[in-house]
Amino acid sequence: MNNLEKSLLEKLTDLHKLPSGAFSLRKNGESEKMQSTKEIEIKKKADKQGIDIIVAPNVKGKSVHIPVIISVGGLTDLVYNDFYIGENADVLIVAGCGIHNATCKKSEHNGVHTFHLGKNSKVEYIERHIGEGDGEGEKVLNPITKIILEENSHMIMESTQLGGVSSTIRKTTAKVGKNAILSVKENILTTDKQWAKTDFKVELLGENSRAEIVSHSVARDNSVQEFKSNMIGKAECFGHVECDGMLLDNAVITSTPTVSALNNRSSLVHEASIGKISGEAMVKLMSLGLTEKEAEDVIIEGFLLG
Amino acid sequence: MIELKNITYSVKGTSQEEREILKDLSAIFEEGKTYVITGPNGSGKSTLARLIMGINPLQHGEIFFDGQNIGNLSITQRAKAGICYAFQKPVTFKGVKIKSLLNIASGKENNVGGLCEYLSAVGLCAKDYIHRPFDDKLSGGEQKRIELALTLARNAKVNIFDEPEAGIDIWSFEKLTSIFKKLKKATNIIISHQSRIFEIADEIILLENGQIAKRGSYKQMKKHLQNARCGKLGGEA
Repeated sequence: MNNLEKSLLEKLTDLHKLPSGAFSLRKNGESEKMQSTKEIEIKKKADKQGIDIIVAPNVKGKSVHIPVIISVGGLTDLVYNDFYIGENADVLIVAGCGIHNATCKKSEHNGVHTFHLGKNSKVEYIERHIGEGDGEGEKVLNPITKIILEENSHMIMESTQLGGVSSTIRKTTAKVGKNAILSVKENILTTDKQWAKTDFKVELLGENSRAEIVSHSVARDNSVQEFKSNMIGKAECFGHVECDGMLLDNAVITSTPTVSALNNRSSLVHEASIGKISGEAMVKLMSLGLTEKEAEDVIIEGFLLG
Repeated sequence: MIELKNITYSVKGTSQEEREILKDLSAIFEEGKTYVITGPNGSGKSTLARLIMGINPLQHGEIFFDGQNIGNLSITQRAKAGICYAFQKPVTFKGVKIKSLLNIASGKENNVGGLCEYLSAVGLCAKDYIHRPFDDKLSGGEQKRIELALTLARNAKVNIFDEPEAGIDIWSFEKLTSIFKKLKKATNIIISHQSRIFEIADEIILLENGQIAKRGSYKQMKKHLQNARCGKLGGEA
């Protein structure tokens, strides 16, 4: 890896070098390096691009890193990654894609991630998307995440995209089983002429299943964001969707949260708000000595990363 | 020292008529003294405080801070010059942590010990609060106390408090007054209706109809204030 690629890797994973545990690094459309451990097996798919990540039952406190780096223009990558989490396992999965495109040709990564969480297992999934490079070529990231939660399993997903990505279509579907919990936090910043579309479909299928989606988005300049979600209750369950948008300049955000209670014991809540930065909040921070720009940055950073 | 000269401030009423909130008001707030501004609803107390901080724009008159005319300075410039403002209803933020706000207020990166000093002065335990966002999940009383902790962290030359006692909940007035004592080297301008806060003032200023109706020590003002209280003290304006 050159310095630029190392820098992208660090931004995606917080690691200065490849981890000692299980990992798979994909670079410019090809598998660069992979490492399995005794407890976590990573193997290439035989029929298409992508990998299977198999976490053995009862594995606790381990992590898997699967970063993707694109440092060239004119590349469209499509990859299928399937995660099989054994019963009672508890792991951290760090994924994401960083594109550095200094060319005038488009670079695009389409990642399809499917999570199968066995009974009583828990996954913390951190996904970061980064776009950089001064070239006019677009930087496009389209993640598809499919989540299947078996009884008593728990998935925490935190997805962050802080600018630099020309366009993104992010689709997430989940089927939540008995006593299982899905918790999603999505943070998106768009600037310039970027656009981002997010689409969630969560089915609460099992008794006492729970799901929470919290989306915080900031749109600046002439960027456009669209948020859609459908939380469907098919059992005695609780679902909560919160979508907060912050608008600056000439940006546009539309939000369409839907809740569908198909069982009379479903309890579903959605909240959506879009607005500009509160004037009182700016005044407060300026009264503590910050300039207008510094105050704006503190508010946006807290909103997206707090 | 803050000096106000001939301040007049008007707003447009519901039927577009001009209404004067402050009328040719002049006053001096000396260094190291604590002033309580009181008066009935609509007498102009909060407007006066907001004018000093620069939150409301100056329309007529002049404001001097240690001899410098600050009438055209921004909120940021006045803050940097040494003026601090504690809101009646604290402004909350989604995601911005209490620790970050205390660091911004003090202008330095504090360790836990430093943060603890500010928070324990308002009766809060640092480890329970520094990593929490300053948001609406905190009770009104907690928000108010953190607002006071931010004022302590500012360590400013002039502190303006807009009804610091409002929403203090079960926390005692003694603790609140002990904060003003901690800040006694500064000029403190407190908007309040509470007699226990009057007691710690060097001077009390009674505003009525946008003008100073009377000013003096608590002893001198006590009877007058009691009469005024029977009438109409209170509220934001």
